[in-house]
Amino acid sequence: MILLITFSSCHEDNDDKITLANVTFNFSHNWDGTSVTNSDFNSIKFTNEKGNQLSIERLRYLISKITFYKSDGSITEIDGYNLVDVTNNENLSFSPAAFITTGSYNDVTFTFGFNNEDNSKNYTDLNTASWNVPEMLGGGYHYMQFDGKFLNGSNEEQGFNYHAIRAADNPGENPTFPQDTFFNVSLGAITIASNTTFNIEMNIAEWFKNPNTWDLNALNQMLMPNSSAQIMMYENGQNVFSLKSVNQ
Amino acid sequence: MKAWQLHIICFILCFSCENESVEQYVATPSPLNIPKLFEDNILAPIIPTDNPLTIEGIALGKKLFFDPILSSNNTQACADCHNPENAFTDSNKFSEGVEGVLGNRNSMPLFNLAWNYDEKFFWDGNTFSLEHQAFVPVSDPIEMNSNWTEVEQKLQQHSEYPVLFEQAFGVSKIDSTLITKAIAQFERTLISSNSKFDKHLLGKVTLSPEELNGFNIFMNEAKGDCFHCHGSDKNPLWTDNLFHNNGLDETFSDLGLGTISGDPADNGKFKSPSLRNLAFTAPYMHDGRFKTLDDVINHYSEGLKNSPTIDPLMKKVAQGGVGLSNQEKNDLKAFLLSLSDYDFINNPNFIIE
Repeated sequence: MILLITFSSCHEDNDDKITLANVTFNFSHNWDGTSVTNSDFNSIKFTNEKGNQLSIERLRYLISKITFYKSDGSITEIDGYNLVDVTNNENLSFSPAAFITTGSYNDVTFTFGFNNEDNSKNYTDLNTASWNVPEMLGGGYHYMQFDGKFLNGSNEEQGFNYHAIRAADNPGENPTFPQDTFFNVSLGAITIASNTTFNIEMNIAEWFKNPNTWDLNALNQMLMPNSSAQIMMYENGQNVFSLKSVNQ
Repeated sequence: MKAWQLHIICFILCFSCENESVEQYVATPSPLNIPKLFEDNILAPIIPTDNPLTIEGIALGKKLFFDPILSSNNTQACADCHNPENAFTDSNKFSEGVEGVLGNRNSMPLFNLAWNYDEKFFWDGNTFSLEHQAFVPVSDPIEMNSNWTEVEQKLQQHSEYPVLFEQAFGVSKIDSTLITKAIAQFERTLISSNSKFDKHLLGKVTLSPEELNGFNIFMNEAKGDCFHCHGSDKNPLWTDNLFHNNGLDETFSDLGLGTISGDPADNGKFKSPSLRNLAFTAPYMHDGRFKTLDDVINHYSEGLKNSPTIDPLMKKVAQGGVGLSNQEKNDLKAFLLSLSDYDFINNPNFIIE
């Protein structure tokens, strides 16, 4: 009898180890390959595609809806979101409480910002972080706050606020939305055999590069009500994130 | 069971029985009554596990807050520089200490302090936690100029305080830690949540067209753009509790956060104050330089001064600011004043009789 219980217990332990895994998402940042941390902030040390020399003073952004697409067609969506705060070195690593079943996945994705449904909900932590978007622009939340200064045509430092939100027109009681400006980032196929860490890179320079060469002399502040600028951010954001490595 | 094991158990039982006969005060828990707009929209307040709110602790803290016994010559209480009528700030630009010396910063108003999540207090965030904050003015030579040992002795020899401390904390020996714990408990109860704008959000009153337009200017990135630092209708604190250089000076006589962090990038940065209760809290800014709310609005509209650490959120600095029209300024002022909470400054729980 004792022997039977012992064998049975061992069998169950082995099953647990091979079916569930923790996942962690680390976010690091670079400027065209050169690492960027908050220690690089507050000095004019970057040059964008257009040739604007600039500094970063504040950078935080939201990612949500991490989704695993399995080869058999099943989809696992992780609840929750993560406000990456590079300025304060907070939330650069995100470990959802949910477990992922091991196996082969065709793709793993996350959303930059919130999709429109999630953006319409109320989040006490994001309200506390003053992350809201004014109701006159549709409400919801910022996708990114990227603030800094650049050297303008007079060679003087001037502030910029590259704030990504849901693009809106006709600010007021009934704004309209020309197109969605959240986007999904694909990390590609992966086989998860054990606890897994995804190391994700943001190339900050890409926000100014492709397909729109961004001129800070022309577009620097008050970009939230500028739907054209928001769409340009959306377009440039497509190439910002990449999967640097995976640790298992 | 061996004999020595039996002896230990008997000793423990006897010791326990002896303790049970000792009368000890147990303070009555008094959790914060969290306003609906706070409950619905922002994270829970910070209440240290080693200083939970109690009826006795709050009452003791209130008595201490209004008692000049904390000052070296028994002439000045916390409330002298944090007047309830002024939302617990000082109507003077700088406060005068017991020796007649003026400070160099405007006294900060006191409300909704339990929601200061990173617990950095003072204009430059130099002190962590509300309990620690209460330590500072008592022994500051230009404020109460007291010696904590003397304060402890004065309270210990007082006819009422030893019993009140016993009731609040279960100990009769008074020390600075318990004194500041009691004051912090009282300060955490100073909740302001019943302004006209709060009532508007709760559907109880209607704002005037001027107030509504002022709110839109506040929330419009191309106009006031106040919300990035002072929150919105989704954040009833009306501050981000963070530190910014809001364009007051080209050069700094007071480095603010920079003095504390040692980082030149923080020079000239001061904590964003809440915009609640502006009707009562003049003068404004860390140094009380602006006597009126009009002065403040004019500063952001056309008075901004550039400096290396000015926050990039400040708009059109080269033009001095966003350039609001007179009508826009008046409407913005009307909205800001709608954040003033008359029930707060008249709350009998916050006033000494």
